[in-house]
Amino acid sequence: MDPRVLEAMLPYFVEKFGNAASRNHSFGWVAEEAVDYAREQIAKLIGADPKEIILTSGATEADNLALKGVFEMYATKGNHIITATTEHKAVLDTCKHIEKMGGQVTYLEVQPDGLIDLKQLEAAITDKTILISIMYGNNEIGVIQPVKEISAIARKHGVLFFTDATQAVGKIPVDVQADGIDLMAFSAHKMYGPKGVGALYVRRKNPRVKVTAQMDGGGHERGMRSGTMNVPGIVGFGKACEIAMNEMEAEGKRLSILRDKLENALMELEEAYVNGNIQHRLPHVCNISFKYVEGEGLMMGFNKNIAVSSGSACTSASLEPSYVLKALGLGDDLAHSSLRFGLGRYTTEAEIDFTIDAIKTTVLKLREMSPLWEMFKEGIDLNTIEWAHH
Amino acid sequence: MAYSDKVIDHYSNPKNVGTLDKSKNNVGTGLVGAPECGDVMRLQIEVDEESGVIKDAKFKTFGCGSAIASSSLATEWLKGKTVDQAIAIDNMDIVEELNLPPVKIHCSVLAEDAIKAAINDYRVKNGLPELELEEKKH
Repeated sequence: MDPRVLEAMLPYFVEKFGNAASRNHSFGWVAEEAVDYAREQIAKLIGADPKEIILTSGATEADNLALKGVFEMYATKGNHIITATTEHKAVLDTCKHIEKMGGQVTYLEVQPDGLIDLKQLEAAITDKTILISIMYGNNEIGVIQPVKEISAIARKHGVLFFTDATQAVGKIPVDVQADGIDLMAFSAHKMYGPKGVGALYVRRKNPRVKVTAQMDGGGHERGMRSGTMNVPGIVGFGKACEIAMNEMEAEGKRLSILRDKLENALMELEEAYVNGNIQHRLPHVCNISFKYVEGEGLMMGFNKNIAVSSGSACTSASLEPSYVLKALGLGDDLAHSSLRFGLGRYTTEAEIDFTIDAIKTTVLKLREMSPLWEMFKEGIDLNTIEWAHH
Repeated sequence: MAYSDKVIDHYSNPKNVGTLDKSKNNVGTGLVGAPECGDVMRLQIEVDEESGVIKDAKFKTFGCGSAIASSSLATEWLKGKTVDQAIAIDNMDIVEELNLPPVKIHCSVLAEDAIKAAINDYRVKNGLPELELEEKKH
């Protein structure tokens, strides 16, 4: 978290402890004002009206509210949702839930570079389609989907467009008007705000979008999300948005320069492959497969000093290779050999140099130890070997 | 999840990485696992034909730190044992020695499979019947 965010939050734990929903005493007013101000900061970052911001406990809740909320609210219009196989689990698992509730979901396959095929998207729309849910930027490979084109297709067919923009907001310019977004989930902690706070943008005009509350209670957040507000968290979220807005342009350039330096240096290794489209990509993400070296073994070579991941954080407890990489058409072997790099506000050039060195050394060392590398070097086609699957 | 010191030690300083001449009659080679599963082990033994003692053992492994450590440890244990003694190496011995967590037990099973596959390769090369192996759960 950014220390400037913490500083903004601190007064709201002890001195200014009021409940933002308590409208009949000054403690409540102070809290309410703070929340209103934060809501403005949040809305400003994405070009929205503050009234369009529904505060939640994070992006996962916002994803749930958007998908289930639209599914319920628009039940008379239809029950079909279109999404893609590379979406975050918070979207995919919610869609699975919706299927159990009688919904129909189309999971679009992506192209080998991770982008969806717009023609396929349009062809998947039926008269029962109520929502298109495609993420803005992917968490594992950083690929940015053609959001404007997607929203244009959605508009043309009178379908709502929801995007999980958790990875993109605060990193690249996201504007709900210019991008034609109807609903959008995002989170504070991905932009150096506190964990446990996020928001769902819900469009109020052209068209006016409604979602059925998934959390019932006191009717907070315009009846769309009940529950006592996390005032310090929301204040921190607002501050984080303000900082991101002011620093995004310079920071984006700095990160993409560092990312490209890292990527170019690592690509000097033999049999290294970048995963995902490199033109349409978030500035701070890169994902590389180092063939014939296993990702978890590779990480162990430097995870004392460098935090990278093999697969996504949500799946790294399991031994399964990344479903996102598999959706790009990578074989399990390449998917097992991948590392995901995420750069941030505190990443320095010295750290990048250190990382390049550590990874190159470890890859070379592990390849010396890899029977697959030896076979590759001897010209043996690994596909001709009868492996003992277990 | 943190790795045990012994796993880290084998990973950082693996013992007996390398390749033995698989065309030699007294060398047995076991290749187990699959790239798609994220681990492949190749374990080789070189047997002194007069005494039946394993005089050298080498490995190469594609896999996580625990898989590398399991195969490195296996080669250490194999050296100096007779082929018959080597058959008795059980995956749970490896689990205990390396303090492997439950999700990494399959690495030890793979190492045991590699030992047995290498021994079988040696036996077949020398006109001995293949050992019947019990299937262990990965």
